[in-house]
Amino acid sequence: MSHGMLVPLEYHTPGLDDFKFPGTFGVSWMDKSFWQIIIATVLVIGLWLWLSHAMKVVPGKRQVFAEYCYDFVRNTLVRDIIGPGFRKWLPYLLAVFSFVLVNNWFGEFFIFMFPTFSHVGYVYGLALVSWVVYIVAGIRAKGPLKFFKNSILPPDVPWPLWILIIPLEFLSNFITRPVTLALRLFVNMFAGHLIIMIFLVGGGYLLTYSGSPLYNVTGGISILFSFALFGLELFVGFLQAYVFTVLSAQYVATSISSEH
Amino acid sequence: MAAPLTVLLVNLGPLLPEHPIEIILGIVLVLVITWACSKFIVPRFENMYHERSEAIQGGIERAEKAQAEAKAALQQYREQLAGARDEAAQIREDAKTQGAQIVEEMRATAQAEADRITARATAQIRAQRDLAVGELRGEIGGLATSLAGRIVGESLADDARVEATVDRFLAELATQPARSTRVGDKA
Repeated sequence: MSHGMLVPLEYHTPGLDDFKFPGTFGVSWMDKSFWQIIIATVLVIGLWLWLSHAMKVVPGKRQVFAEYCYDFVRNTLVRDIIGPGFRKWLPYLLAVFSFVLVNNWFGEFFIFMFPTFSHVGYVYGLALVSWVVYIVAGIRAKGPLKFFKNSILPPDVPWPLWILIIPLEFLSNFITRPVTLALRLFVNMFAGHLIIMIFLVGGGYLLTYSGSPLYNVTGGISILFSFALFGLELFVGFLQAYVFTVLSAQYVATSISSEH
Repeated sequence: MAAPLTVLLVNLGPLLPEHPIEIILGIVLVLVITWACSKFIVPRFENMYHERSEAIQGGIERAEKAQAEAKAALQQYREQLAGARDEAAQIREDAKTQGAQIVEEMRATAQAEADRITARATAQIRAQRDLAVGELRGEIGGLATSLAGRIVGESLADDARVEATVDRFLAELATQPARSTRVGDKA
């Protein structure tokens, strides 16, 4: 058997420590995720600039692809949700979608192999921007007083229920929304990465375990299965980018719509 | 690094940012991308879409215009054709009436000419007959006198008698006008 030729992998349980990386240039926060998010920013801007340069009325191959991507965000995620006047919010939502998507796919991308948004700080930042955006949108559409009044008190609520409705609506609109927006994205990325690590680290350990061939087979299956999980994570990365953008657009839509 | 927060709340575990500056980074970077999108990327796409819809709309408008023009031209030709038909019918009608008029005029003219010729011929014949009658009257008088003188053998010196005889003779002649007219017609 080949056991003797392989040095068995040492096992350590994947955990929080696997999400921590040393800083570079002596700055602790300039770690792996920092460089990833910088690269992602450059990549997103560069890709879009390349996709959108020298656009023609009659498109070529590159432009057809560019239009397909752009129209997906523009029509499906923004126009269909916000409706008329969507153009104003399109740049932010396009930026959010591409930024989140690229950073999520870094988790499956061979150089990085780490989803940037499994670091919660960046996600808080993004959710905060979305939160500010929809509050600003509401204030600009209705004025501050009317917007806040509409946000904490839906129309046609009988007055005895106000004591119940007002705190609930306040919580839901100004606290829960940004928190859930952030946590949903972060936890999906965090858990996805953790699961892949468990399958790979555990699988590798079992595959090289010298003692029982059954363990080796199990480890092999586990590693094979991790490829399927990679596929799943690619989908989850896309889905979370989609959901984050849709919800951001949805919040803008509700705050600028007249009846809410 | 996040000690004050952990004092206030329960231990957040991975929900506590490892480096709080990541929050700032996330905000700044997404705003940078938003700026790039609003400055370059979205306007490029939207302008191109606008141009495209303009081009398509322009093409449709041009086609519609051409169709309208063709329709107008067809209508015009049809009107012209109908006008030409009417005109032709009118001309034919006119020609018919004009032809009839001309024929009528010609007939009238011919009739008048014929009448005129007939009248002149009648007058000429009458004049010739009168002339012939006059001549005959003179000659017949002389001839009859000399013939009678020769037959009778006597000198008809007595003018009164001669004249009476001649007159009687002429009167006899005059009682036969039909015969003399017939002689004139034949002449």
